[in-house]
Amino acid sequence: MISKDAYKRYVEKNAPRSPMWRSMTAAFLVGGLICCLGQGVHDGIAAIFPAMSEEDIASWTTVTLIFLGAFLTAVGVYDKLGHFAGGGSIVPITGFANSVVSPAVEYNREGVFFGVCAKMFVIAGPIIVFGVVASVIAGLIGLITEAV
Amino acid sequence: MEIFLMYLKVFAVGGALCALGQLLINKTKMSSARILVCFMLLGALLEITGAFGYMKEFAGAGVTVPITGFGSTLVKGALEGAKESGLIGAVTGGIKAAGAGLASVIFFGFVFALVSRSKSKKI
Repeated sequence: MISKDAYKRYVEKNAPRSPMWRSMTAAFLVGGLICCLGQGVHDGIAAIFPAMSEEDIASWTTVTLIFLGAFLTAVGVYDKLGHFAGGGSIVPITGFANSVVSPAVEYNREGVFFGVCAKMFVIAGPIIVFGVVASVIAGLIGLITEAV
Repeated sequence: MEIFLMYLKVFAVGGALCALGQLLINKTKMSSARILVCFMLLGALLEITGAFGYMKEFAGAGVTVPITGFGSTLVKGALEGAKESGLIGAVTGGIKAAGAGLASVIFFGFVFALVSRSKSKKI
Protein backbone atom coordinates (compact mmCIF):
# COMPACT_ATOMS: atom_id res chain seq x y z
CA MET A 1 0.00 0.00 0.00
CA ILE A 2 1.36 3.38 -0.97
CA SER A 3 0.57 6.58 0.93
CA LYS A 4 -1.53 9.34 -0.60
CA ASP A 5 1.40 11.78 -0.73
CA ALA A 6 3.76 9.27 -2.25
CA TYR A 7 1.14 8.43 -4.86
CA LYS A 8 0.68 12.11 -5.67
CA ARG A 9 4.43 12.53 -6.13
CA TYR A 10 4.51 9.42 -8.29
CA VAL A 11 1.74 10.75 -10.53
CA GLU A 12 3.37 14.16 -10.84
CA LYS A 13 6.69 12.59 -11.75
CA ASN A 14 5.28 10.26 -14.37
CA ALA A 15 2.50 12.35 -15.87
CA PRO A 16 3.36 13.73 -19.31
CA ARG A 17 4.97 17.16 -19.18
CA SER A 18 2.38 19.90 -19.21
CA PRO A 19 1.37 20.56 -22.79
CA MET A 20 1.73 24.28 -22.06
CA TRP A 21 5.22 24.79 -23.50
CA ARG A 22 4.77 22.37 -26.35
CA SER A 23 1.52 24.03 -27.47
CA MET A 24 2.93 27.54 -27.09
CA THR A 25 6.03 26.63 -29.10
CA ALA A 26 3.87 25.13 -31.83
CA ALA A 27 1.68 28.26 -31.86
CA PHE A 28 4.77 30.49 -31.99
CA LEU A 29 6.36 28.61 -34.89
CA VAL A 30 3.24 28.22 -37.03
CA GLY A 31 1.96 31.74 -36.29
CA GLY A 32 5.37 33.23 -37.06
CA LEU A 33 5.55 31.30 -40.34
CA ILE A 34 2.07 32.45 -41.40
CA CYS A 35 3.08 36.06 -40.68
CA CYS A 36 6.27 35.59 -42.73
CA LEU A 37 4.14 34.18 -45.54
CA GLY A 38 2.01 37.35 -45.34
CA GLN A 39 5.13 39.51 -45.46
CA GLY A 40 6.32 37.47 -48.46
CA VAL A 41 3.02 37.99 -50.30
CA HIS A 42 3.20 41.70 -49.48
CA ASP A 43 6.80 42.05 -50.71
CA GLY A 44 6.06 39.93 -53.79
CA ILE A 45 3.12 42.11 -54.82
CA ALA A 46 5.18 45.26 -54.13
CA ALA A 47 7.98 43.90 -56.38
CA ILE A 48 5.66 42.90 -59.26
CA PHE A 49 3.55 46.09 -59.17
CA PRO A 50 5.90 48.89 -58.08
CA ALA A 51 3.28 51.55 -58.82
CA MET A 52 0.67 50.09 -56.47
CA SER A 53 -0.20 52.11 -53.36
CA GLU A 54 0.64 50.71 -49.93
CA GLU A 55 -3.07 50.45 -49.09
CA ASP A 56 -3.83 48.41 -52.20
CA ILE A 57 -0.89 46.11 -51.49
CA ALA A 58 -2.22 45.57 -47.95
CA SER A 59 -5.69 44.80 -49.34
CA TRP A 60 -4.32 42.30 -51.87
CA THR A 61 -2.24 40.64 -49.17
CA THR A 62 -5.33 40.27 -46.99
CA VAL A 63 -7.37 38.86 -49.88
CA THR A 64 -4.60 36.39 -50.77
CA LEU A 65 -4.22 35.15 -47.19
CA ILE A 66 -7.98 34.82 -46.76
CA PHE A 67 -8.16 32.86 -50.01
CA LEU A 68 -5.40 30.53 -48.77
CA GLY A 69 -7.08 30.08 -45.38
CA ALA A 70 -10.46 29.43 -47.00
CA PHE A 71 -9.02 27.00 -49.56
CA LEU A 72 -6.99 25.03 -47.01
CA THR A 73 -10.09 24.85 -44.78
CA ALA A 74 -12.27 23.57 -47.63
CA VAL A 75 -9.81 20.78 -48.48
CA GLY A 76 -9.54 19.88 -44.79
CA VAL A 77 -5.87 20.79 -44.24
CA TYR A 78 -6.35 23.84 -42.04
CA ASP A 79 -8.27 22.08 -39.31
CA LYS A 80 -5.49 19.48 -39.08
CA LEU A 81 -2.98 22.30 -38.79
CA GLY A 82 -5.15 23.84 -36.09
CA HIS A 83 -4.97 20.60 -34.13
CA PHE A 84 -1.22 20.96 -33.98
CA ALA A 85 -0.80 24.73 -33.82
CA GLY A 86 -3.78 25.96 -31.77
CA GLY A 87 -3.37 29.72 -31.35
CA GLY A 88 -0.86 29.78 -34.20
CA SER A 89 -3.62 28.98 -36.66
CA ILE A 90 -6.41 30.91 -34.91
CA VAL A 91 -4.87 34.36 -34.41
CA PRO A 92 -3.67 35.14 -37.98
CA ILE A 93 -6.18 36.38 -40.57
CA THR A 94 -6.15 32.89 -42.13
CA GLY A 95 -7.75 31.73 -38.87
CA PHE A 96 -10.49 34.31 -39.36
CA ALA A 97 -11.11 32.82 -42.82
CA ASN A 98 -11.11 29.37 -41.26
CA SER A 99 -13.68 30.45 -38.67
CA VAL A 100 -16.02 31.48 -41.51
CA VAL A 101 -15.44 28.63 -43.97
CA SER A 102 -15.34 25.80 -41.45
CA PRO A 103 -18.93 26.16 -40.17
CA ALA A 104 -20.14 27.11 -43.67
CA VAL A 105 -18.81 23.83 -45.06
CA GLU A 106 -19.91 21.90 -41.99
CA TYR A 107 -23.52 23.03 -42.27
CA ASN A 108 -23.95 23.07 -46.03
CA ARG A 109 -26.09 19.95 -45.80
CA GLU A 110 -28.68 22.09 -44.02
CA GLY A 111 -29.14 24.11 -47.19
CA VAL A 112 -27.73 27.27 -48.63
CA PHE A 113 -29.98 29.67 -46.78
CA PHE A 114 -29.93 28.59 -43.14
CA GLY A 115 -26.98 26.25 -43.49
CA VAL A 116 -24.21 28.03 -45.36
CA CYS A 117 -25.25 31.68 -45.16
CA ALA A 118 -26.47 31.76 -41.57
CA LYS A 119 -23.90 29.45 -39.97
CA MET A 120 -21.02 31.26 -41.69
CA PHE A 121 -21.13 33.88 -38.95
CA VAL A 122 -21.31 31.61 -35.91
CA ILE A 123 -17.76 32.61 -34.91
CA ALA A 124 -17.10 35.54 -37.23
CA GLY A 125 -20.32 37.33 -36.23
CA PRO A 126 -19.05 38.59 -32.85
CA ILE A 127 -15.77 39.64 -34.45
CA ILE A 128 -17.49 41.68 -37.15
CA VAL A 129 -20.02 43.20 -34.71
CA PHE A 130 -17.37 44.17 -32.13
CA GLY A 131 -15.08 45.40 -34.90
CA VAL A 132 -17.68 47.60 -36.57
CA VAL A 133 -18.96 48.98 -33.24
CA ALA A 134 -15.37 49.75 -32.18
CA SER A 135 -14.69 51.47 -35.50
CA VAL A 136 -17.79 53.69 -35.22
CA ILE A 137 -16.86 54.61 -31.64
CA ALA A 138 -13.31 55.35 -32.78
CA GLY A 139 -14.66 57.50 -35.62
CA LEU A 140 -16.78 59.49 -33.16
CA ILE A 141 -13.78 59.91 -30.85
CA GLY A 142 -11.83 61.13 -33.88
CA LEU A 143 -14.56 63.68 -34.62
CA ILE A 144 -14.55 64.95 -31.04
CA THR A 145 -10.78 65.23 -30.75
CA GLU A 146 -10.69 67.14 -34.01
CA ALA A 147 -13.40 69.55 -32.88
CA VAL A 148 -11.63 70.49 -29.64
CA MET B 1 20.73 41.01 -44.60
CA GLU B 2 18.23 43.77 -44.05
CA ILE B 3 15.49 41.61 -45.54
CA PHE B 4 16.49 38.69 -43.34
CA LEU B 5 16.27 40.94 -40.26
CA MET B 6 12.81 42.15 -41.32
CA TYR B 7 11.51 38.61 -41.69
CA LEU B 8 13.05 37.68 -38.36
CA LYS B 9 11.14 40.53 -36.72
CA VAL B 10 7.92 39.52 -38.52
CA PHE B 11 8.41 35.92 -37.37
CA ALA B 12 9.22 36.85 -33.76
CA VAL B 13 6.40 39.38 -33.26
CA GLY B 14 3.76 37.40 -35.15
CA GLY B 15 4.79 34.21 -33.39
CA ALA B 16 4.71 35.94 -30.00
CA LEU B 17 1.15 37.18 -30.60
CA CYS B 18 0.05 33.66 -31.55
CA ALA B 19 1.82 32.17 -28.52
CA LEU B 20 -0.03 34.73 -26.36
CA GLY B 21 -3.28 33.51 -27.93
CA GLN B 22 -2.31 29.94 -27.09
CA LEU B 23 -1.49 30.99 -23.52
CA LEU B 24 -4.99 32.45 -23.21
CA ILE B 25 -6.45 29.19 -24.53
CA ASN B 26 -4.44 27.14 -22.04
CA LYS B 27 -5.04 29.37 -19.02
CA THR B 28 -8.62 30.51 -19.48
CA LYS B 29 -10.17 27.91 -21.82
CA MET B 30 -11.43 30.79 -23.95
CA SER B 31 -13.11 29.81 -27.22
CA SER B 32 -11.48 30.84 -30.47
CA ALA B 33 -14.21 33.44 -31.10
CA ARG B 34 -13.34 35.21 -27.83
CA ILE B 35 -9.63 35.04 -28.57
CA LEU B 36 -10.19 36.58 -31.99
CA VAL B 37 -12.41 39.34 -30.56
CA CYS B 38 -9.83 40.15 -27.85
CA PHE B 39 -6.97 40.43 -30.32
CA MET B 40 -9.08 42.43 -32.75
CA LEU B 41 -10.03 44.89 -30.00
CA LEU B 42 -6.39 45.03 -28.91
CA GLY B 43 -5.46 46.07 -32.45
CA ALA B 44 -8.25 48.65 -32.47
CA LEU B 45 -7.06 50.07 -29.15
CA LEU B 46 -3.44 50.23 -30.29
CA GLU B 47 -4.53 52.01 -33.47
CA ILE B 48 -6.57 54.67 -31.70
CA THR B 49 -3.71 55.41 -29.30
CA GLY B 50 -1.36 55.69 -32.24
CA ALA B 51 0.93 52.87 -31.14
CA PHE B 52 0.00 50.50 -33.96
CA GLY B 53 1.72 52.58 -36.62
CA TYR B 54 5.06 52.24 -34.85
CA MET B 55 4.55 48.52 -34.33
CA LYS B 56 3.70 48.12 -38.01
CA GLU B 57 6.85 49.99 -38.96
CA PHE B 58 8.87 47.68 -36.75
CA ALA B 59 7.29 44.31 -37.43
CA GLY B 60 5.28 44.69 -40.67
CA ALA B 61 3.17 41.61 -41.27
CA GLY B 62 4.00 40.43 -37.74
CA VAL B 63 1.22 42.70 -36.45
CA THR B 64 -0.93 43.13 -39.58
CA VAL B 65 -1.44 39.43 -40.42
CA PRO B 66 -2.74 38.53 -36.93
CA ILE B 67 -6.33 39.65 -36.40
CA THR B 68 -4.98 42.74 -34.59
CA GLY B 69 -4.40 44.08 -38.11
CA PHE B 70 -8.12 43.77 -38.87
CA GLY B 71 -9.04 45.84 -35.81
CA SER B 72 -6.43 48.41 -36.70
CA THR B 73 -7.68 48.68 -40.30
CA LEU B 74 -11.26 49.25 -39.09
CA VAL B 75 -10.26 52.01 -36.65
CA LYS B 76 -7.80 53.62 -39.04
CA GLY B 77 -10.49 53.81 -41.73
CA ALA B 78 -12.97 55.34 -39.29
CA LEU B 79 -10.46 57.98 -38.13
CA GLU B 80 -9.56 58.86 -41.72
CA GLY B 81 -13.26 58.98 -42.66
CA ALA B 82 -13.97 61.31 -39.75
CA LYS B 83 -11.17 63.59 -40.87
CA GLU B 84 -12.25 63.67 -44.52
CA SER B 85 -16.05 63.75 -44.41
CA GLY B 86 -17.17 64.29 -40.83
CA LEU B 87 -19.88 62.23 -39.16
CA ILE B 88 -20.80 60.07 -42.15
CA GLY B 89 -17.13 59.29 -42.69
CA ALA B 90 -16.75 58.29 -39.04
CA VAL B 91 -19.61 55.81 -39.47
CA THR B 92 -18.70 54.39 -42.87
CA GLY B 93 -14.91 54.62 -42.79
CA GLY B 94 -14.28 51.45 -40.81
CA ILE B 95 -16.24 49.10 -43.06
CA LYS B 96 -14.90 50.85 -46.14
CA ALA B 97 -11.31 50.23 -45.08
CA ALA B 98 -11.97 46.65 -43.99
CA GLY B 99 -13.98 45.95 -47.15
CA ALA B 100 -11.30 43.83 -48.81
CA GLY B 101 -11.16 41.44 -45.85
CA LEU B 102 -14.91 41.31 -45.24
CA ALA B 103 -15.93 40.88 -48.87
CA SER B 104 -13.32 38.23 -49.62
CA VAL B 105 -14.02 36.21 -46.48
CA ILE B 106 -17.76 36.15 -47.26
CA PHE B 107 -17.25 35.46 -50.97
CA PHE B 108 -14.71 32.67 -50.56
CA GLY B 109 -16.64 31.23 -47.62
CA PHE B 110 -19.80 31.04 -49.71
CA VAL B 111 -18.10 29.58 -52.80
CA PHE B 112 -16.03 26.99 -50.95
CA ALA B 113 -19.01 25.92 -48.84
CA LEU B 114 -21.04 25.30 -51.99
CA VAL B 115 -18.38 23.26 -53.78
CA SER B 116 -17.15 21.12 -50.87
CA ARG B 117 -18.92 18.45 -48.85
CA SER B 118 -18.67 18.45 -45.07
CA LYS B 119 -16.11 15.92 -43.94
CA SER B 120 -17.22 15.05 -40.44
CA LYS B 121 -20.39 13.31 -39.32
CA LYS B 122 -21.86 12.07 -42.59
CA ILE B 123 -25.61 11.63 -42.09
